[in-house]
Amino acid sequence: MPHAGPSASRPGDIAGVLRLLAFLVLGVALMLLDHRGGWLRSTRVHAEAAVQPLWWLAGLPSRAGESLRENAVTRTQLASDNARLRQALLLTEARNARLRTAAAENARLRGLLDSAERGRLDVQLAGVIDIDLDPTRQRLLLDAGSGSGVRAGQPVIDAGGLMGQVIATTPTTATVLLLTDPDHAVPVMVARSGVRLVVYGTGRSDALRLADVPLSADVREGDELLTSGLGDRFPPGFAVGKVGALRADDTRAFLEADVAPAAQLDRGRDVLLLRGYKPAEAGAPAAAASTSAASTAAPAASAASASAPPPASKPTASVPPAERAR
Amino acid sequence: MSRLRNGWVLPASLVLALLLGLVPLPGVLQALRPYWLALVLAYWLLEAPHRVGLGTAFLLGLLADLAFGSLLGEQSLRLVVLAFILERFRARLRFFPVSQQALTIGVLLLNDRVITAGIHLAMGVPQLPWPYWAAPVVGMLLWPPLHLLLDVLRLRRRG
Repeated sequence: MPHAGPSASRPGDIAGVLRLLAFLVLGVALMLLDHRGGWLRSTRVHAEAAVQPLWWLAGLPSRAGESLRENAVTRTQLASDNARLRQALLLTEARNARLRTAAAENARLRGLLDSAERGRLDVQLAGVIDIDLDPTRQRLLLDAGSGSGVRAGQPVIDAGGLMGQVIATTPTTATVLLLTDPDHAVPVMVARSGVRLVVYGTGRSDALRLADVPLSADVREGDELLTSGLGDRFPPGFAVGKVGALRADDTRAFLEADVAPAAQLDRGRDVLLLRGYKPAEAGAPAAAASTSAASTAAPAASAASASAPPPASKPTASVPPAERAR
Repeated sequence: MSRLRNGWVLPASLVLALLLGLVPLPGVLQALRPYWLALVLAYWLLEAPHRVGLGTAFLLGLLADLAFGSLLGEQSLRLVVLAFILERFRARLRFFPVSQQALTIGVLLLNDRVITAGIHLAMGVPQLPWPYWAAPVVGMLLWPPLHLLLDVLRLRRRG
């Protein structure tokens, strides 16, 4: 083994070493040029462009794997999304069914209620332009008039309760007579006992007056007063105020009391005009309006004849105040 | 005749080795990546000395430098050194059993690492992190299967 090799390969060895040295020198030179000198850079850039396909090829498997992985992820995600959405759909459908039954029940109950009751909350928002508050005149000027459907006689409310009524309109404005105007009277009933009374304006924006209360009437301090609907001027059931301390009036035959208005008569910039409710004298008797008018008129008549001395004895009270104001 | 028929194996294997050196790998494997180019070149240096030599090694190294973005000439130098040593001991290595061959290749690859470290030191290029010193072991373990595979490809349908 040692013999044939050395003698035969000696010249080749030397040539091999020389070639090795040559390549080594070349390699080192290249490295130095690449590392230290800048001129190889441009050639290198070109050469690298030639190698570009190699990079692309090398990146191929990982790219393929990546897209595969992404696809798989997307698939599982889609599957889970699908399951989740399916469940959500079921839940929603169940909820929907319940809502449908609730809606049907609601419709049935509504049918049981008087249809006129529903129309009353049809309101129109109007802004207050001007306030006229002095002891003899309690008025508001609204920025909506006959042009936007406001008619004289329309009740005006706010969030708290009844504010007053429209007494005059121009095409763009409407004048509101407040409850507190000295000329205003509103038929009310005590929410607790149902006793019918009349509340008058006082000229002060924070107080109404309950007058001519029979000594026997079931009225107490703190009672809530609601519109009774008598006189067909105001719809029944709107808060008017709360009864203050009762005291005997000058004649000692009746009681009287201050009433704190439920509506915020001296505050706020907007009021609501009731639209659905049609005062009886406002004209054209639509079917619903006429039935509601009849239904409110019937108890009024019976009440007047049976047990309501205050309104009966004071006929002026049931006359719509707007009429008196005119 | 037969050599011509399977002549594509040599360039194809070298290109594949180049690609295997380029394929992006996750962090830890990156360091353990064997020097495929050296392994494949070593095979051809042993089995087909008339087709590959120092020049082939040098050019291949240049190409690899361009592809890997290493210092131009670095891999040329490393592969030339490897090729020189292999040529020198070719006669003996060829008749080693595969296990011993693998051991020798491992030592050569380790030597290659030393050369790389030396080059980096001389050129002021940052050294490779220490896990890279484990790569020769992987290369050594890969030698027998690689040798077998290339043998099969090269000698197919010969007989």
